[in-house]
Amino acid sequence: MVEILFYVFAAIVLGGALGVVMGRNPITSLMFMVTSLAGISGIFVLLGAHFLAAIQIMVYAGAIMVLFLFVIMLLNLGHDYQRAVRGWGIVVLGFAVTGSLGGLLAKQLKVGSQEFYNNPEAGMVIDADLLEHGAVGVIAHPLFTDYVVAFELTGILLFVTIVGAIALAKKRV
Amino acid sequence: MDLAQPVSGIPFLITSTIKVAVMFGVVFLAVTYATLAERRVSAFIQDRLGPNRVGPFGLLQPIADGLKNLLKEESFPNSASRFYFVLGPMLAMTPALVTFAVIPFAAPLPTSWGVVDMIVADVPIGVLYILALSSLAVYGIVIGGWASNNKYAFLGGLRASAQMVSYEVALGLSLIVVLMLTGNVTLTEVVWKQQQLGLWYAFPLSLGFILFVISAFAETNRLPFDMPEAESELITGFHTEYSAIKFSMFFIAEYAHMITASALMATLFLGGWDLPGTWDNAFWYGGSLISGFDAQGSPIMATPALWKTLLTFASFVAKTGFFVLLYIWVRWTLPRFRYDQVMHLGWKILLPSALAYMMIVASTILILDQIGIIYGFTYGLVLTAVSILCTLAFVFYLDRGRIIEGAAVQKNGVIKKNPVAGN
Repeated sequence: MVEILFYVFAAIVLGGALGVVMGRNPITSLMFMVTSLAGISGIFVLLGAHFLAAIQIMVYAGAIMVLFLFVIMLLNLGHDYQRAVRGWGIVVLGFAVTGSLGGLLAKQLKVGSQEFYNNPEAGMVIDADLLEHGAVGVIAHPLFTDYVVAFELTGILLFVTIVGAIALAKKRV
Repeated sequence: MDLAQPVSGIPFLITSTIKVAVMFGVVFLAVTYATLAERRVSAFIQDRLGPNRVGPFGLLQPIADGLKNLLKEESFPNSASRFYFVLGPMLAMTPALVTFAVIPFAAPLPTSWGVVDMIVADVPIGVLYILALSSLAVYGIVIGGWASNNKYAFLGGLRASAQMVSYEVALGLSLIVVLMLTGNVTLTEVVWKQQQLGLWYAFPLSLGFILFVISAFAETNRLPFDMPEAESELITGFHTEYSAIKFSMFFIAEYAHMITASALMATLFLGGWDLPGTWDNAFWYGGSLISGFDAQGSPIMATPALWKTLLTFASFVAKTGFFVLLYIWVRWTLPRFRYDQVMHLGWKILLPSALAYMMIVASTILILDQIGIIYGFTYGLVLTAVSILCTLAFVFYLDRGRIIEGAAVQKNGVIKKNPVAGN
Protein backbone atom coordinates (compact mmCIF):
# COMPACT_ATOMS: atom_id res chain seq x y z
CA MET A 1 0.00 0.00 0.00
CA VAL A 2 2.69 2.46 1.06
CA GLU A 3 4.79 1.44 -1.92
CA ILE A 4 1.92 2.04 -4.36
CA LEU A 5 1.24 5.43 -2.78
CA PHE A 6 4.92 6.27 -3.00
CA TYR A 7 4.93 5.63 -6.74
CA VAL A 8 1.76 7.66 -7.17
CA PHE A 9 3.26 10.63 -5.33
CA ALA A 10 6.61 10.22 -7.09
CA ALA A 11 4.79 10.30 -10.43
CA ILE A 12 2.98 13.48 -9.33
CA VAL A 13 6.27 15.10 -8.29
CA LEU A 14 8.11 14.19 -11.49
CA GLY A 15 5.16 14.91 -13.76
CA GLY A 16 4.70 18.28 -12.08
CA ALA A 17 8.39 19.08 -12.41
CA LEU A 18 8.31 18.21 -16.11
CA GLY A 19 5.19 20.32 -16.51
CA VAL A 20 6.98 23.33 -14.99
CA VAL A 21 9.68 23.31 -17.68
CA MET A 22 7.47 22.19 -20.57
CA GLY A 23 4.51 24.49 -19.87
CA ARG A 24 4.02 27.27 -22.43
CA ASN A 25 2.05 29.51 -20.14
CA PRO A 26 3.67 30.84 -16.93
CA ILE A 27 0.45 30.20 -14.99
CA THR A 28 0.42 26.57 -16.17
CA SER A 29 4.03 26.18 -15.07
CA LEU A 30 3.16 27.62 -11.69
CA MET A 31 0.20 25.29 -11.18
CA PHE A 32 2.41 22.35 -12.12
CA MET A 33 4.93 23.51 -9.54
CA VAL A 34 2.20 23.61 -6.89
CA THR A 35 1.20 20.07 -7.89
CA SER A 36 4.79 18.96 -7.62
CA LEU A 37 5.13 20.52 -4.16
CA ALA A 38 1.92 18.82 -3.06
CA GLY A 39 3.37 15.49 -4.22
CA ILE A 40 6.53 16.08 -2.17
CA SER A 41 4.34 16.80 0.82
CA GLY A 42 2.57 13.47 0.22
CA ILE A 43 5.91 11.67 0.29
CA PHE A 44 6.74 13.43 3.56
CA VAL A 45 3.51 12.05 5.03
CA LEU A 46 4.44 8.54 3.88
CA LEU A 47 7.76 8.96 5.69
CA GLY A 48 5.92 9.97 8.87
CA ALA A 49 7.19 13.55 8.68
CA HIS A 50 3.78 15.15 9.12
CA PHE A 51 5.11 18.48 10.26
CA LEU A 52 7.34 18.85 7.21
CA ALA A 53 4.40 17.94 5.00
CA ALA A 54 2.23 20.68 6.52
CA ILE A 55 5.01 23.25 6.36
CA GLN A 56 5.76 22.30 2.76
CA ILE A 57 2.18 23.10 1.78
CA MET A 58 1.82 26.11 4.05
CA VAL A 59 5.06 27.89 3.19
CA TYR A 60 5.80 26.85 -0.38
CA ALA A 61 2.44 26.10 -1.96
CA GLY A 62 0.41 28.49 0.20
CA ALA A 63 2.65 31.52 0.49
CA ILE A 64 5.65 31.58 -1.84
CA MET A 65 3.76 30.24 -4.85
CA VAL A 66 0.92 32.69 -4.23
CA LEU A 67 3.52 35.46 -4.32
CA PHE A 68 4.87 34.04 -7.61
CA LEU A 69 1.33 33.98 -8.96
CA PHE A 70 0.89 37.59 -7.90
CA VAL A 71 4.08 38.64 -9.67
CA ILE A 72 3.34 36.66 -12.85
CA MET A 73 -0.13 38.16 -13.08
CA LEU A 74 1.10 41.69 -12.45
CA LEU A 75 3.86 41.41 -15.04
CA ASN A 76 1.26 40.01 -17.44
CA LEU A 77 3.54 37.44 -19.05
CA GLY A 78 0.47 36.24 -20.92
CA HIS A 79 0.93 34.55 -24.25
CA ASP A 80 4.08 35.87 -25.86
CA TYR A 81 6.00 32.65 -25.54
CA GLN A 82 9.53 32.32 -26.76
CA ARG A 83 11.74 29.29 -26.53
CA ALA A 84 14.51 30.03 -24.08
CA VAL A 85 16.47 26.94 -25.10
CA ARG A 86 17.61 26.89 -28.74
CA GLY A 87 19.62 24.20 -30.49
CA TRP A 88 20.20 20.55 -29.75
CA GLY A 89 23.62 21.08 -28.19
CA ILE A 90 22.14 22.80 -25.15
CA VAL A 91 19.43 20.16 -24.82
CA VAL A 92 21.99 17.35 -24.80
CA LEU A 93 24.18 19.26 -22.34
CA GLY A 94 21.20 19.85 -20.07
CA PHE A 95 20.26 16.20 -20.02
CA ALA A 96 23.89 15.20 -19.41
CA VAL A 97 24.29 17.55 -16.45
CA THR A 98 20.96 16.67 -14.79
CA GLY A 99 21.52 12.96 -15.50
CA SER A 100 24.92 12.88 -13.86
CA LEU A 101 23.68 14.92 -10.90
CA GLY A 102 20.75 12.53 -10.51
CA GLY A 103 23.08 9.54 -10.75
CA LEU A 104 25.35 10.90 -8.05
CA LEU A 105 22.37 11.59 -5.81
CA ALA A 106 20.94 8.09 -6.36
CA LYS A 107 24.31 6.49 -5.54
CA GLN A 108 24.66 8.49 -2.36
CA LEU A 109 21.06 7.89 -1.28
CA LYS A 110 21.39 4.15 -1.84
CA VAL A 111 24.33 3.96 0.56
CA GLY A 112 22.53 6.14 3.10
CA SER A 113 19.24 4.25 3.00
CA GLN A 114 20.98 0.88 3.27
CA GLU A 115 22.59 2.02 6.49
CA PHE A 116 19.15 3.06 7.66
CA TYR A 117 17.52 -0.25 6.75
CA ASN A 118 20.37 -2.24 8.30
CA ASN A 119 19.75 -0.48 11.59
CA PRO A 120 16.52 -1.96 13.02
CA GLU A 121 16.35 0.63 15.81
CA ALA A 122 16.27 3.67 13.53
CA GLY A 123 12.49 3.60 13.04
CA MET A 124 11.77 2.86 16.69
CA VAL A 125 13.87 5.82 17.84
CA ILE A 126 11.81 8.11 15.64
CA ASP A 127 8.53 6.59 16.87
CA ALA A 128 9.55 7.02 20.52
CA ASP A 129 10.56 10.61 19.80
CA LEU A 130 7.21 11.24 18.12
CA LEU A 131 5.32 9.92 21.15
CA GLU A 132 7.34 11.98 23.57
CA HIS A 133 7.45 15.35 21.81
CA GLY A 134 4.56 15.30 19.31
CA ALA A 135 4.87 16.00 15.59
CA VAL A 136 6.24 19.51 16.05
CA GLY A 137 8.46 18.73 19.05
CA VAL A 138 10.43 16.15 17.08
CA ILE A 139 11.68 18.98 14.85
CA ALA A 140 11.69 21.74 17.43
CA HIS A 141 13.67 19.92 20.11
CA PRO A 142 16.92 19.37 18.15
CA LEU A 143 16.44 22.71 16.40
CA PHE A 144 16.51 24.67 19.65
CA THR A 145 19.09 22.54 21.47
CA ASP A 146 21.69 20.94 19.20
CA TYR A 147 21.41 23.28 16.25
CA VAL A 148 20.39 26.50 17.98
CA VAL A 149 23.38 28.54 16.75
CA ALA A 150 22.89 27.54 13.13
CA PHE A 151 19.17 28.17 13.48
CA GLU A 152 19.60 31.65 14.92
CA LEU A 153 22.25 32.49 12.33
CA THR A 154 19.82 31.50 9.58
CA GLY A 155 17.24 33.76 11.19
CA ILE A 156 19.69 36.67 11.20
CA LEU A 157 20.60 35.96 7.58
CA LEU A 158 16.95 36.11 6.56
CA PHE A 159 16.48 39.30 8.55
CA VAL A 160 19.49 40.91 6.84
CA THR A 161 18.04 39.87 3.48
CA ILE A 162 14.72 41.52 4.29
CA VAL A 163 16.44 44.72 5.40
CA GLY A 164 18.50 44.67 2.22
CA ALA A 165 15.42 44.19 0.06
CA ILE A 166 13.65 47.08 1.76
CA ALA A 167 16.71 49.29 1.40
CA LEU A 168 16.84 48.51 -2.33
CA ALA A 169 13.12 49.09 -2.77
CA LYS A 170 13.25 52.45 -0.98
CA LYS A 171 16.20 53.68 -3.06
CA ARG A 172 15.35 56.39 -5.55
CA VAL A 173 16.31 55.30 -9.03
CA MET B 1 -14.08 -7.34 24.83
CA ASP B 2 -12.74 -4.33 26.69
CA LEU B 3 -15.06 -1.49 25.76
CA ALA B 4 -12.70 1.28 26.84
CA GLN B 5 -10.51 0.63 23.80
CA PRO B 6 -10.56 2.59 20.56
CA VAL B 7 -12.23 0.84 17.63
CA SER B 8 -9.87 -0.99 15.30
CA GLY B 9 -9.97 -3.23 12.24
CA ILE B 10 -13.15 -3.49 10.16
CA PRO B 11 -15.39 -1.55 12.61
CA PHE B 12 -12.86 1.29 12.43
CA LEU B 13 -13.16 1.39 8.64
CA ILE B 14 -16.96 1.30 8.83
CA THR B 15 -17.21 4.03 11.49
CA SER B 16 -14.69 6.19 9.61
CA THR B 17 -16.66 5.89 6.39
CA ILE B 18 -19.86 6.79 8.20
CA LYS B 19 -18.17 9.75 9.85
CA VAL B 20 -16.82 11.06 6.54
CA ALA B 21 -20.21 10.71 4.82
CA VAL B 22 -22.14 12.27 7.70
CA MET B 23 -19.63 15.09 8.08
CA PHE B 24 -19.80 15.89 4.38
CA GLY B 25 -23.58 15.94 4.46
CA VAL B 26 -23.76 18.02 7.62
CA VAL B 27 -21.27 20.61 6.35
CA PHE B 28 -23.22 20.92 3.09
CA LEU B 29 -26.49 21.26 4.95
CA ALA B 30 -24.93 23.82 7.27
CA VAL B 31 -23.67 25.77 4.26
CA THR B 32 -27.08 25.88 2.61
CA TYR B 33 -28.77 26.97 5.80
CA ALA B 34 -26.04 29.50 6.55
CA THR B 35 -27.06 31.26 3.34
CA LEU B 36 -30.66 31.32 4.52
CA ALA B 37 -29.56 32.48 7.98
CA GLU B 38 -27.57 35.26 6.36
CA ARG B 39 -30.56 36.48 4.39
CA ARG B 40 -32.96 36.24 7.31
CA VAL B 41 -30.58 37.92 9.78
CA SER B 42 -29.68 40.67 7.34
CA ALA B 43 -33.39 41.22 6.80
CA PHE B 44 -33.89 41.40 10.55
CA ILE B 45 -31.05 43.91 10.92
CA GLN B 46 -32.46 46.07 8.13
CA ASP B 47 -36.02 45.73 9.42
CA ARG B 48 -37.25 43.63 6.50
CA LEU B 49 -38.75 40.12 6.38
CA GLY B 50 -36.31 38.30 4.11
CA PRO B 51 -37.15 35.18 2.10
CA ASN B 52 -40.18 33.58 3.78
CA ARG B 53 -42.24 32.25 0.86
CA VAL B 54 -40.67 28.89 -0.04
CA GLY B 55 -41.73 26.39 2.59
CA PRO B 56 -42.46 27.22 6.24
CA PHE B 57 -40.46 30.32 7.31
CA GLY B 58 -38.64 30.13 3.98
CA LEU B 59 -36.86 26.95 5.05
CA LEU B 60 -36.87 25.51 1.53
CA GLN B 61 -35.39 28.65 0.00
CA PRO B 62 -31.77 27.32 -0.12
CA ILE B 63 -32.94 24.23 -1.98
CA ALA B 64 -34.85 26.35 -4.47
CA ASP B 65 -31.76 28.52 -4.95
CA GLY B 66 -29.55 25.48 -5.44
CA LEU B 67 -31.91 24.00 -8.03
CA LYS B 68 -32.15 27.31 -9.84
CA ASN B 69 -28.37 27.61 -10.05
CA LEU B 70 -28.02 24.01 -11.24
CA LEU B 71 -30.54 24.44 -14.04
CA LYS B 72 -29.50 27.92 -15.17
CA GLU B 73 -27.68 28.42 -18.44
CA GLU B 74 -24.00 29.07 -17.96
CA SER B 75 -22.14 31.83 -19.69
CA PHE B 76 -18.57 31.49 -20.88
CA PRO B 77 -16.72 34.72 -21.53
CA ASN B 78 -15.27 34.59 -25.05
CA SER B 79 -11.75 35.57 -24.14
CA ALA B 80 -11.59 33.51 -20.95
CA SER B 81 -8.99 30.81 -20.52
CA ARG B 82 -11.39 27.87 -20.58
CA PHE B 83 -9.43 25.33 -18.52
CA TYR B 84 -8.60 27.68 -15.66
CA PHE B 85 -12.07 29.19 -15.77
CA VAL B 86 -13.48 25.76 -14.87
CA LEU B 87 -10.63 24.92 -12.49
CA GLY B 88 -11.10 28.08 -10.39
CA PRO B 89 -14.36 27.16 -8.61
CA MET B 90 -13.14 23.59 -8.04
CA LEU B 91 -9.94 24.80 -6.42
CA ALA B 92 -11.94 27.17 -4.24
CA MET B 93 -14.38 24.54 -3.01
CA THR B 94 -12.17 21.55 -2.23
CA PRO B 95 -9.99 22.99 0.57
CA ALA B 96 -13.04 24.55 2.19
CA LEU B 97 -14.72 21.16 2.48
CA VAL B 98 -11.79 18.99 3.59
CA THR B 99 -10.48 21.19 6.39
CA PHE B 100 -13.31 20.14 8.70
CA ALA B 101 -11.78 16.66 8.99
CA VAL B 102 -9.47 17.44 11.91
CA ILE B 103 -11.97 19.25 14.14
CA PRO B 104 -13.32 17.13 17.02
CA PHE B 105 -17.07 17.69 17.27
CA ALA B 106 -18.23 15.68 20.31
CA ALA B 107 -17.11 13.51 23.21
CA PRO B 108 -16.05 9.94 22.24
CA LEU B 109 -19.00 7.63 21.59
CA PRO B 110 -19.06 4.13 23.12
CA THR B 111 -20.27 1.34 20.81
CA SER B 112 -20.26 -2.42 21.12
CA TRP B 113 -16.99 -2.58 19.13
CA GLY B 114 -15.13 0.00 21.20
CA VAL B 115 -14.96 3.76 21.66
CA VAL B 116 -15.37 5.86 18.52
CA ASP B 117 -13.64 9.24 18.47
CA MET B 118 -15.93 11.97 17.22
CA ILE B 119 -13.41 13.37 14.77
CA VAL B 120 -12.91 12.31 11.17
CA ALA B 121 -9.11 12.17 11.24
CA ASP B 122 -7.04 12.93 14.33
CA VAL B 123 -3.85 13.69 12.40
CA PRO B 124 -0.76 14.50 14.49
CA ILE B 125 -0.40 17.95 12.90
CA GLY B 126 -3.98 18.97 13.69
CA VAL B 127 -4.34 22.69 13.29
CA LEU B 128 -1.38 22.94 10.89
CA TYR B 129 -3.37 20.80 8.46
CA ILE B 130 -6.14 23.40 8.52
CA LEU B 131 -3.68 26.25 8.01
CA ALA B 132 -1.95 24.42 5.15
CA LEU B 133 -5.13 23.58 3.27
CA SER B 134 -6.85 26.89 3.84
CA SER B 135 -3.76 28.62 2.48
CA LEU B 136 -4.46 26.76 -0.78
CA ALA B 137 -7.98 28.17 -0.98
CA VAL B 138 -6.68 31.42 -2.43
CA TYR B 139 -5.71 29.66 -5.69
CA GLY B 140 -9.34 29.17 -6.61
CA ILE B 141 -10.09 32.86 -6.26
CA VAL B 142 -6.92 34.07 -7.96
CA ILE B 143 -7.08 31.60 -10.85
CA GLY B 144 -10.80 32.25 -11.29
CA GLY B 145 -10.24 36.00 -11.36
CA TRP B 146 -7.34 35.74 -13.77
CA ALA B 147 -8.97 33.25 -16.14
CA SER B 148 -12.06 35.44 -16.57
CA ASN B 149 -9.93 37.93 -18.52
CA ASN B 150 -11.85 40.80 -17.03
CA LYS B 151 -10.02 43.63 -15.32
CA TYR B 152 -12.39 43.79 -12.35
CA ALA B 153 -12.21 40.04 -11.79
CA PHE B 154 -8.44 40.23 -12.14
CA LEU B 155 -8.15 43.03 -9.58
CA GLY B 156 -10.30 40.99 -7.22
CA GLY B 157 -7.98 38.01 -7.63
CA LEU B 158 -4.89 40.12 -6.99
CA ARG B 159 -6.43 41.62 -3.89
CA ALA B 160 -7.35 38.15 -2.64
CA SER B 161 -3.79 36.88 -2.97
CA ALA B 162 -2.24 39.87 -1.22
CA GLN B 163 -4.82 39.85 1.54
CA MET B 164 -4.59 36.11 2.21
CA VAL B 165 -0.81 36.14 2.44
CA SER B 166 -0.85 39.18 4.73
CA TYR B 167 -3.43 37.92 7.17
CA GLU B 168 -2.08 34.40 7.29
CA VAL B 169 0.89 35.84 9.18
CA ALA B 170 -1.26 37.47 11.84
CA LEU B 171 -3.49 34.38 12.00
CA GLY B 172 -0.54 32.06 12.56
CA LEU B 173 1.06 34.31 15.16
CA SER B 174 -2.15 34.68 17.17
CA LEU B 175 -2.51 30.91 17.05
CA ILE B 176 0.95 30.32 18.53
CA VAL B 177 -0.19 31.40 22.02
CA VAL B 178 -2.80 28.61 21.97
CA LEU B 179 -0.24 26.05 20.84
CA MET B 180 2.22 27.23 23.51
CA LEU B 181 -0.31 26.79 26.27
CA THR B 182 -1.40 23.41 24.89
CA GLY B 183 2.05 22.08 24.14
CA ASN B 184 0.85 20.27 21.04
CA VAL B 185 -0.91 21.01 17.76
CA THR B 186 -3.69 18.41 17.65
CA LEU B 187 -7.13 19.84 18.24
CA THR B 188 -8.17 16.96 20.53
CA GLU B 189 -5.35 17.99 22.83
CA VAL B 190 -6.35 21.65 22.60
CA VAL B 191 -9.81 20.67 23.86
CA TRP B 192 -8.35 18.41 26.56
CA LYS B 193 -6.01 21.09 27.88
CA GLN B 194 -8.88 23.55 28.11
CA GLN B 195 -10.79 20.97 30.15
CA GLN B 196 -7.72 20.56 32.37
CA LEU B 197 -7.33 24.30 32.81
CA GLY B 198 -10.97 24.63 33.86
CA LEU B 199 -11.11 27.75 31.67
CA TRP B 200 -11.73 28.16 27.96
CA TYR B 201 -8.80 29.79 26.22
CA ALA B 202 -10.91 32.84 25.33
CA PHE B 203 -10.23 34.05 28.90
CA PRO B 204 -6.54 33.29 29.56
CA LEU B 205 -5.67 34.22 25.96
CA SER B 206 -8.19 36.98 25.35
CA LEU B 207 -6.04 39.15 23.09
CA GLY B 208 -5.05 36.11 21.03
CA PHE B 209 -8.75 35.38 20.67
CA ILE B 210 -9.50 38.89 19.40
CA LEU B 211 -6.60 38.90 16.96
CA PHE B 212 -7.54 35.44 15.70
CA VAL B 213 -11.15 36.40 15.10
CA ILE B 214 -10.13 39.52 13.17
CA SER B 215 -7.61 37.60 11.05
CA ALA B 216 -10.11 34.81 10.43
CA PHE B 217 -12.59 37.36 9.12
CA ALA B 218 -9.94 38.59 6.72
CA GLU B 219 -8.94 35.06 5.69
CA THR B 220 -12.50 34.12 4.83
CA ASN B 221 -12.94 37.32 2.78
CA ARG B 222 -15.97 38.39 4.75
CA LEU B 223 -17.00 41.96 5.30
CA PRO B 224 -15.44 44.24 6.47
CA PHE B 225 -12.56 42.52 4.64
CA ASP B 226 -14.26 41.44 1.40
CA MET B 227 -11.74 43.27 -0.78
CA PRO B 228 -11.75 40.57 -3.51
CA GLU B 229 -15.47 41.16 -4.05
CA ALA B 230 -16.08 44.79 -3.09
CA GLU B 231 -19.24 45.33 -5.16
CA SER B 232 -18.99 49.10 -5.01
CA GLU B 233 -15.53 49.08 -6.56
CA LEU B 234 -15.14 45.88 -8.60
CA ILE B 235 -18.70 44.91 -9.67
CA THR B 236 -18.46 41.60 -7.80
CA GLY B 237 -14.71 41.09 -7.99
CA PHE B 238 -13.27 37.70 -8.81
CA HIS B 239 -16.60 36.04 -9.68
CA THR B 240 -17.89 38.80 -11.94
CA GLU B 241 -17.89 36.52 -15.01
CA TYR B 242 -19.21 33.45 -13.24
CA SER B 243 -22.80 32.34 -13.45
CA ALA B 244 -25.04 29.40 -12.53
CA ILE B 245 -23.43 26.51 -10.66
CA LYS B 246 -19.88 27.86 -10.94
CA PHE B 247 -20.94 30.99 -9.13
CA SER B 248 -22.69 28.74 -6.62
CA MET B 249 -19.47 26.85 -6.01
CA PHE B 250 -17.64 30.06 -5.06
CA PHE B 251 -20.56 30.87 -2.82
CA ILE B 252 -20.51 27.41 -1.18
CA ALA B 253 -16.74 27.72 -0.72
CA GLU B 254 -17.14 31.04 1.07
CA TYR B 255 -19.76 29.69 3.45
CA ALA B 256 -17.92 26.42 4.03
CA HIS B 257 -14.85 28.47 4.92
CA MET B 258 -16.90 30.54 7.27
CA ILE B 259 -18.29 27.46 9.00
CA THR B 260 -14.88 25.82 9.29
CA ALA B 261 -13.39 29.03 10.66
CA SER B 262 -16.27 29.25 13.17
CA ALA B 263 -15.75 25.66 14.26
CA LEU B 264 -12.02 26.31 14.57
CA MET B 265 -12.57 29.40 16.71
CA ALA B 266 -15.02 27.47 18.87
CA THR B 267 -12.49 24.65 19.30
CA LEU B 268 -9.45 26.81 19.93
CA PHE B 269 -10.96 29.42 22.21
CA LEU B 270 -14.34 28.23 23.50
CA GLY B 271 -13.38 24.68 24.46
CA GLY B 272 -14.75 22.92 21.37
CA TRP B 273 -17.34 20.38 22.47
CA ASP B 274 -16.49 20.92 26.14
CA LEU B 275 -19.22 21.81 28.61
CA PRO B 276 -18.55 23.24 32.08
CA GLY B 277 -17.72 20.62 34.70
CA THR B 278 -15.49 17.57 34.53
CA TRP B 279 -18.22 15.01 33.76
CA ASP B 280 -17.68 15.13 30.00
CA ASN B 281 -13.87 15.25 29.92
CA ALA B 282 -12.27 12.51 27.84
CA PHE B 283 -8.82 12.03 26.37
CA TRP B 284 -6.71 9.08 25.22
CA TYR B 285 -3.84 8.86 27.66
CA GLY B 286 -1.46 5.92 27.54
CA GLY B 287 -4.00 3.78 25.68
CA SER B 288 -7.00 4.37 27.94
CA LEU B 289 -9.71 6.98 27.98
CA ILE B 290 -9.32 9.21 31.05
CA SER B 291 -11.28 12.14 32.40
CA GLY B 292 -8.58 13.71 34.56
CA PHE B 293 -6.01 13.12 37.27
CA ASP B 294 -6.65 12.74 41.02
CA ALA B 295 -4.59 14.41 43.75
CA GLN B 296 -1.89 11.75 43.54
CA GLY B 297 -1.57 12.29 39.81
CA SER B 298 -2.96 8.93 38.77
CA PRO B 299 -5.49 8.99 35.93
CA ILE B 300 -9.25 8.73 36.50
CA MET B 301 -11.04 6.63 33.90
CA ALA B 302 -13.70 8.32 31.80
CA THR B 303 -17.13 6.80 31.29
CA PRO B 304 -18.24 7.65 27.77
CA ALA B 305 -21.97 7.53 27.15
CA LEU B 306 -24.35 8.26 24.31
CA TRP B 307 -26.08 11.13 26.12
CA LYS B 308 -22.70 12.75 26.82
CA THR B 309 -21.81 12.56 23.13
CA LEU B 310 -25.14 14.09 22.13
CA LEU B 311 -24.94 16.88 24.74
CA THR B 312 -21.35 17.79 23.81
CA PHE B 313 -22.27 17.72 20.13
CA ALA B 314 -25.08 20.15 20.86
CA SER B 315 -22.63 22.40 22.70
CA PHE B 316 -20.22 22.28 19.73
CA VAL B 317 -23.03 23.18 17.31
CA ALA B 318 -24.14 26.03 19.56
CA LYS B 319 -20.63 27.50 19.77
CA THR B 320 -20.04 27.18 16.04
CA GLY B 321 -23.47 28.67 15.38
CA PHE B 322 -22.58 31.61 17.61
CA PHE B 323 -19.54 32.42 15.47
CA VAL B 324 -21.49 31.99 12.22
CA LEU B 325 -24.03 34.45 13.61
CA LEU B 326 -21.18 36.79 14.58
CA TYR B 327 -19.90 36.66 11.00
CA ILE B 328 -23.33 37.59 9.67
CA TRP B 329 -23.90 40.22 12.32
CA VAL B 330 -20.58 41.94 11.62
CA ARG B 331 -21.18 41.80 7.87
CA TRP B 332 -24.42 43.72 8.11
CA THR B 333 -23.13 46.17 10.73
CA LEU B 334 -19.72 47.39 9.61
CA PRO B 335 -18.83 49.20 6.39
CA ARG B 336 -16.05 47.89 4.15
CA PHE B 337 -12.44 48.94 4.70
CA ARG B 338 -10.46 50.67 2.02
CA TYR B 339 -7.79 48.44 0.51
CA ASP B 340 -4.84 50.32 2.01
CA GLN B 341 -6.56 50.25 5.40
CA VAL B 342 -6.77 46.46 5.20
CA MET B 343 -3.05 46.21 4.50
CA HIS B 344 -2.26 48.77 7.21
CA LEU B 345 -4.30 46.89 9.80
CA GLY B 346 -2.75 43.55 8.89
CA TRP B 347 0.91 44.47 8.75
CA LYS B 348 1.24 47.45 11.09
CA ILE B 349 -1.24 46.61 13.82
CA LEU B 350 -2.19 42.93 13.97
CA LEU B 351 1.28 41.55 13.23
CA PRO B 352 3.25 43.57 15.83
CA SER B 353 0.48 43.15 18.42
CA ALA B 354 0.44 39.39 17.91
CA LEU B 355 4.25 39.26 18.18
CA ALA B 356 4.34 41.33 21.36
CA TYR B 357 1.48 39.35 22.90
CA MET B 358 3.24 36.10 22.05
CA MET B 359 6.35 37.29 23.90
CA ILE B 360 4.30 38.35 26.94
CA VAL B 361 2.39 35.06 27.11
CA ALA B 362 5.58 33.05 26.59
CA SER B 363 7.32 34.80 29.47
CA THR B 364 4.26 34.45 31.71
CA ILE B 365 4.09 30.71 30.99
CA LEU B 366 7.82 30.37 31.64
CA ILE B 367 7.59 32.24 34.97
CA LEU B 368 4.54 30.22 36.07
CA ASP B 369 6.32 26.96 35.22
CA GLN B 370 9.51 28.09 36.97
CA ILE B 371 7.82 29.01 40.24
CA GLY B 372 6.06 25.67 40.13
CA ILE B 373 2.38 26.49 39.72
CA ILE B 374 0.57 23.40 38.46
CA TYR B 375 -1.38 23.65 35.21
CA GLY B 376 -4.89 24.31 36.50
CA PHE B 377 -7.36 26.99 37.49
CA THR B 378 -4.87 29.32 39.30
CA TYR B 379 -2.55 29.06 36.32
CA GLY B 380 -5.42 30.13 34.08
CA LEU B 381 -6.39 33.05 36.33
CA VAL B 382 -2.88 34.52 36.28
CA LEU B 383 -2.82 34.30 32.49
CA THR B 384 -6.30 35.84 32.35
CA ALA B 385 -5.11 38.84 34.39
CA VAL B 386 -2.07 39.33 32.13
CA SER B 387 -4.20 38.98 29.00
CA ILE B 388 -6.81 41.46 30.16
CA LEU B 389 -4.06 44.04 30.66
CA CYS B 390 -2.75 43.29 27.14
CA THR B 391 -6.24 43.52 25.66
CA LEU B 392 -6.90 46.87 27.34
CA ALA B 393 -3.57 48.23 26.09
CA PHE B 394 -4.36 46.97 22.58
CA VAL B 395 -7.86 48.43 22.52
CA PHE B 396 -6.72 51.81 23.83
CA TYR B 397 -3.85 51.90 21.35
CA LEU B 398 -6.21 51.08 18.46
CA ASP B 399 -8.72 53.61 19.69
CA ARG B 400 -6.31 56.47 20.45
CA GLY B 401 -9.02 58.90 21.35
CA ARG B 402 -11.40 57.95 18.59
CA ILE B 403 -14.42 56.11 19.96
CA ILE B 404 -13.86 55.64 23.68
CA GLU B 405 -12.70 59.21 24.27
CA GLY B 406 -14.28 60.46 21.08
CA ALA B 407 -17.21 62.22 22.63
CA ALA B 408 -15.00 64.25 24.94
CA VAL B 409 -12.68 65.16 22.09
CA GLN B 410 -15.50 66.30 19.87
CA LYS B 411 -16.76 68.71 22.52
CA ASN B 412 -13.54 70.68 22.08
CA GLY B 413 -14.14 70.68 18.37
CA VAL B 414 -10.97 68.69 17.64
CA ILE B 415 -11.40 65.44 15.72
CA LYS B 416 -8.28 63.31 15.63
CA LYS B 417 -7.28 61.35 12.57
CA ASN B 418 -8.15 57.67 12.62
CA PRO B 419 -4.90 55.80 13.32
CA VAL B 420 -6.02 52.89 11.16
CA ALA B 421 -6.52 55.10 8.15
CA GLY B 422 -3.35 57.12 8.66
CA ASN B 423 -0.76 57.19 5.89
